[in-house]
Amino acid sequence: MADLTPVHEIRPLTQDIPERFIPVPTVEPGHTFASVTDHISAIVLQKRMPKLWWLGLAVGIVGVTVLTTTLGKLVLVGVGVFGINHPVGWGFDILNFVWWIGIGHAGTLISAILLLLRQGWRTSINRFAEAMTLFAVAAAGLYPAFHTGRPWYDFWLFPYPNTMSLWPQFRSPLMWDVFAVSTYATVSALFWYVGLIPDLATLRDRSRGKIARVLYGMLSLGWRGSAKHWFRYESAYLLLAGLSTPLVLSVHTIVSFDFAVAQIPGWHATFFPPYFVAGAVYAGFAMVLTLAIPARKMFHLQDFITMKHLENMGKVMLATGLIVFYSYAMEAFFAYYSGNGFERYMWLNRVTGPYWKMYAMLIVCNGLAPQMMWFRKMRTSTFGLFVTAMFVNVGMWLERFVIIPTSLSRDFLPSSWGMYHGTRWDWSMFAGSIGLFLFLLFLFVRFLPMISIFEMRTMLPEAQAHPEGHEA
Amino acid sequence: MTETNELNLARFRTRLGNEYWKSLDELSREDFQQAVETEFPAGALALERGVDRRDFVKLMGASMALGGLAACNRPAEKIVPYVRQPEGLIPGKPIFFASAMPISGYAHGVLVESHMGRPTKIEGNPDHPSSLGATNSWMQASILGLYDPDRSQVVRHLGEISTWSEFLATLAPAAKAGGVRLLTQTITSPTLGAQIQQFLAQSPGAKWHQWEPAGGHNVREGLRLAFGGYANAVYHFDKANIVVSLDSDILERGPGHLRYARDFSSRRKVRKGTTSINRLYVIESGPTGTGSLADHRLAVRPSEVETYARQIATGLGLVPGVMTGWVSALTQDLLRNRGASIVVAGEEQPPAVHAVAMAINQALGNIGSTVTITDPAEVAPVNQLDSLKQLVADMNAGAVKTLIMLGGNPVYDAPGDISFVKALDKVPFRAHLSPYYDETSMHVHWHIPETHYLESWSDARAHDGTVSIVQPLIAPLYNGRSPHEVLGVLLGGLDALPYDVVRTYWSAKVGALNFNATWRKWLNDGVIAGSALPARSAGGTPAVPGGQAANAAAGYELRILPDPNVYDGRYANNGWLQELPKPQTKICWENVALVSPKTAAAIGYDDKRRDALVNEKQTLMADVRYRGRTVRTPIWVVPGHADGTITMFMGYGRTRGGKIATPAPADSMLAPSLESFHLSGGTLGVDVNPFRFSDSLNGGSGAEIALTNDAPYSVACTQEHQSLNASDVGDDRGIIRSATFAEYLKKPDFVREHKPEVELSKDSMYPGFEYKSYAWAMVIDTSVCTGCNGCVVACQSENNIPIVGKDQVVAEREMHWLRIDRYYKGNPENPEVYHQPVPCMQCEQAPCEPVCPVGATVHSPEGLNEMTYNRCVGTRYCSNNCPYKVRRFNFFHYSDYETPALKAQRNPDVTVRTRGVMEKCTYCVQRINAAKIDAEKQGRRVRDGEIVTACQQACPTDAIVFGDMNDKTSRVAQLKGEPTNYALLAELNTRPRTTYLGAIKNPNPEIK
Repeated sequence: MADLTPVHEIRPLTQDIPERFIPVPTVEPGHTFASVTDHISAIVLQKRMPKLWWLGLAVGIVGVTVLTTTLGKLVLVGVGVFGINHPVGWGFDILNFVWWIGIGHAGTLISAILLLLRQGWRTSINRFAEAMTLFAVAAAGLYPAFHTGRPWYDFWLFPYPNTMSLWPQFRSPLMWDVFAVSTYATVSALFWYVGLIPDLATLRDRSRGKIARVLYGMLSLGWRGSAKHWFRYESAYLLLAGLSTPLVLSVHTIVSFDFAVAQIPGWHATFFPPYFVAGAVYAGFAMVLTLAIPARKMFHLQDFITMKHLENMGKVMLATGLIVFYSYAMEAFFAYYSGNGFERYMWLNRVTGPYWKMYAMLIVCNGLAPQMMWFRKMRTSTFGLFVTAMFVNVGMWLERFVIIPTSLSRDFLPSSWGMYHGTRWDWSMFAGSIGLFLFLLFLFVRFLPMISIFEMRTMLPEAQAHPEGHEA
Repeated sequence: MTETNELNLARFRTRLGNEYWKSLDELSREDFQQAVETEFPAGALALERGVDRRDFVKLMGASMALGGLAACNRPAEKIVPYVRQPEGLIPGKPIFFASAMPISGYAHGVLVESHMGRPTKIEGNPDHPSSLGATNSWMQASILGLYDPDRSQVVRHLGEISTWSEFLATLAPAAKAGGVRLLTQTITSPTLGAQIQQFLAQSPGAKWHQWEPAGGHNVREGLRLAFGGYANAVYHFDKANIVVSLDSDILERGPGHLRYARDFSSRRKVRKGTTSINRLYVIESGPTGTGSLADHRLAVRPSEVETYARQIATGLGLVPGVMTGWVSALTQDLLRNRGASIVVAGEEQPPAVHAVAMAINQALGNIGSTVTITDPAEVAPVNQLDSLKQLVADMNAGAVKTLIMLGGNPVYDAPGDISFVKALDKVPFRAHLSPYYDETSMHVHWHIPETHYLESWSDARAHDGTVSIVQPLIAPLYNGRSPHEVLGVLLGGLDALPYDVVRTYWSAKVGALNFNATWRKWLNDGVIAGSALPARSAGGTPAVPGGQAANAAAGYELRILPDPNVYDGRYANNGWLQELPKPQTKICWENVALVSPKTAAAIGYDDKRRDALVNEKQTLMADVRYRGRTVRTPIWVVPGHADGTITMFMGYGRTRGGKIATPAPADSMLAPSLESFHLSGGTLGVDVNPFRFSDSLNGGSGAEIALTNDAPYSVACTQEHQSLNASDVGDDRGIIRSATFAEYLKKPDFVREHKPEVELSKDSMYPGFEYKSYAWAMVIDTSVCTGCNGCVVACQSENNIPIVGKDQVVAEREMHWLRIDRYYKGNPENPEVYHQPVPCMQCEQAPCEPVCPVGATVHSPEGLNEMTYNRCVGTRYCSNNCPYKVRRFNFFHYSDYETPALKAQRNPDVTVRTRGVMEKCTYCVQRINAAKIDAEKQGRRVRDGEIVTACQQACPTDAIVFGDMNDKTSRVAQLKGEPTNYALLAELNTRPRTTYLGAIKNPNPEIK
């Protein structure tokens, strides 16, 4: 046990299983329980933050300031500060909402589905991805909450008993959105928090400051690491994973209903749910890569977030990217095959109309750029992955632009056609939401372990090596 | 007693002077009471013995009245509640009064809706010959003009606030000094005419001049040329099978246009059993409402119209010559319809064309049947240009000692080569009666605010001479004075009230016997029955005047027209009119120079360059040069415009006259600044009066145009240049469905040819809702819509629809619930133009309803798609999902909640919406409910025709019909049964309640 023989060299000796099922190490060799715990908890407890962290936090704070200014302006003056108009009732607001919600999907997918599928490599990125989910949902939630004409009446969208004896209108996809997104936010938060409890206890035990001990102590809910605790913890975590799993599919399905249920050409399409879910996973993995690649460098986590993780994420991006690209092709095909003049014109207008540049860029970003992931060389280069991920981030934003304002700008009656452009307030709200996301993310890496310590420990050879006669 | 008196008073005064007091109680201590007793013995007694109820009420009443007095500097006019309520006045129920709106002097009969003494809405007077119940946009918008807070509110002397009595004091000696001149606009008012004549008679040396920049200069002179003396032509389009317009927008302009549109459309509508409809030939330079109804239309330069007029005369054998194009077929058509045709010339065409037109009418025997010639309706028709020139010459010569301008704005609108201001400054005493403190008011000694027509008594003649008494609805809001009062002063009667003046005139005219009853009847009817001018028997026989039409000169031809919205500039401060998309160009808030696509290409503004801009509703700036003067203006390409011609509109570039006419820079904090509001100089649009020369008021040849290097300019245009060609929009969308009358006769249900398999399918998974009581519905006849905008402003007025300003229109946020879509078909050089009013379709399966998360838009059991404003959160999902895009969102707080005057203007039956709320057409649900309440009280169903929506009421061509579809005898049910009835985007299965009748044209089969 004491020797540090890599697990793949030990296991064939102890267990007789085919080689292809042997897990590939997801932690670089040389780590022990103690070194993992030290390394990860030290980021929170001991080390001074690197300069880059301060820079990142500063960007986040500036962003939050921009956001609050924008929201103040918005509430005081009216939603007209945005570029929306009469043909185009939804612009950056819903566009960014969908973009953020999509980004959030990777976290849930990684935590829940990959957990259930026993994909061990998820362990080192799940905490980070879950946090990203939460913050992305927070950023997303801003948009529907503030894009309404009278945001102070948003609570009318909730079914609460009231003196008007009025219920929300349950046939509206926006109502479904309210339930879908709020459920998603709640379950994600719970899942994330439950997963944090053992690590919070570790931090409680290791932190030196009194305040930190008290706070981590409260948050760790009296975790002592007893077998009973572990038993209950494992059951709860699995149950929550089970709960989260359908959410991965349902949230973006319902978000896609906002469009699919409406009858605007370019929105009204039955294949939207799978198309949107694939797009969401696609966007989510791109965002995880975007954040993980700098973060592992900044906090020297190359040992835990290995090239294997990055490469796997690159593969997921390629797979979902192909689904998304296929969907674009299907949009064109349906437009042609439907025989419906409105649908045909919708597609023609996307490709040749006033927003043709957006569509062309979309194809480059979402269709062509991820093809680089076919090459192992690109998949195993942080630069290649980062660039591809950035293309996808932009591409997914463009996809929502092409779907939402472009479809609205030219619908049925040519007399009502119009153009849409984001105003400076649209951009400042977008920048502000990115700022909020960064702000929360940087606080997260400062105060909570960004990699699950106890789960990482299970990835070590130590955890796998069992005395004779015991099952893994 | 005496000793305390002195003592206490002194002490009291000292105390007041030196001490602070905190309450009246403190003051009213014993010494104060004693002081009071000294000064007011009786009052003190009352205080001493306590106040009884009666005295208290008396005292309080008096202090209230006096308190009110102290607050203002004019005699308080006590308002009192009705002691005896006037018959018919029920609080909350409007009363209608008949009156008449003078436009360029001519009366347009109106019924004014009054809510508790506040006029709120204008409707047409069905008894008035010029209206027949219809209204144009100016009449509708005049109600806003009444309350306009920018109207002049005080008498000004050299710009300083003064008083009417001071004016009177200075006017009297000035008027007696001789050399008095009056300058008025066109006047048809018999009373005012009589007053002026009386003044002229009693003031030797006094002269009367008339000047109105736009209007019937050429009509007047043309008829004089034809008949040898001033005359008035009244047309009867209901009797005409063939109508030829020589650059005349007869259905949208001129004194009788509402009547003419109604008469014309009565011969145009195709219903079951119609065997013939009229035919309209239009030869014109730019697109007009009349032109869009044309069966055959030529787009020619203004100067070429005369050529065609003479060719028609040739065809009739009146003059020798040759005919080109379809003129010979046209003349054959005319010859087949002798006595049942009309040839009419346009206001901008020179008198010769009018004379030719009259000669043709004479030759065809139309005069006496379809054309009636009467004495002029104007009091004293003159050549107004000569009249103005004479005045200016006299002013320059120093012959004018006193100039009194009753209305008008000659400093702004006098022809560009007449230096009116310089001449004006030489007049020792000049006064100007005007509703706004405008460009002219700046240059006079005395500015007197003028009353609105709803504020003062007067009278005026209609296009056929019928007299209406102009009845005020409200006391002058802003201390205005009417021209009758000013003339009354000049005549020496200081207290001549307009009411007395008008009444006295008419009682003298018809005799005092039973005059009260007669007068009441006139006021009630809004017209003096039988006062139309009789057909003139004597008079010259018109002949084709000698001479030849000028050959088209090289270069561009400039054509200057009054603006369809602000006219000659007089309506420039009316927000409703400013924001109204102009009928043909759909541009609002400014004027642009119109050119044809070919002309644009010739100056380097070709399709390729334009395509990039047109989506953004942007255009390039151009310099228009004409006779040595240059004006920089946005250029706008209009299909159907004559090549080589530039059309510009009057009425813009105002430098004074209200916040809307001359706006301040847009508040960038309130709205995203998408485009700077103004052209250079801080005006709205450009002033084209410098291009109006006294030898050719309406432009002429020799103009040049060149693009400038300025950045693209955003125009507040509410629609792109849509074409309905399938190649442009991917498919035939079936939005406009048209056929010729011959095709209709062969296949009356030609509208069904569009995707019958989808449109006629009634497949549904669910049983339909059964509309058991009423089923409100509307049918709009696209055959007769000229796009005149009367309905749009009527809707705005009825439903308290706010205006949003140019930058918001550029941002595509105009709020009109009813818009008129304009589509082109065919060749862009001379396309067919179709106008389609689009209110809410009130879909039975409304796409907007299921998507609202809070249930703010719901369906009524009568089929209305209802909007609950106070439940709306503003997600805008309903608007996104509306295929007709008729929903309007308050992106900002557009409604003016602050200006007190505008509060009074609003319709109290309709909610004023706040920001963040969606709104839309309701089929005037407030009118529906009012009628239903009446019907319920009487225990009956609402009768057909009892509910008239605002748009329907205004429509000059009666193209809009509203009613209960469940009543099979109703007009709307009948029209729904017409084979030409179709629904917009029926294939979406929205089942709209608003449907359209296909557009039917009647081209001459002899023309290719």
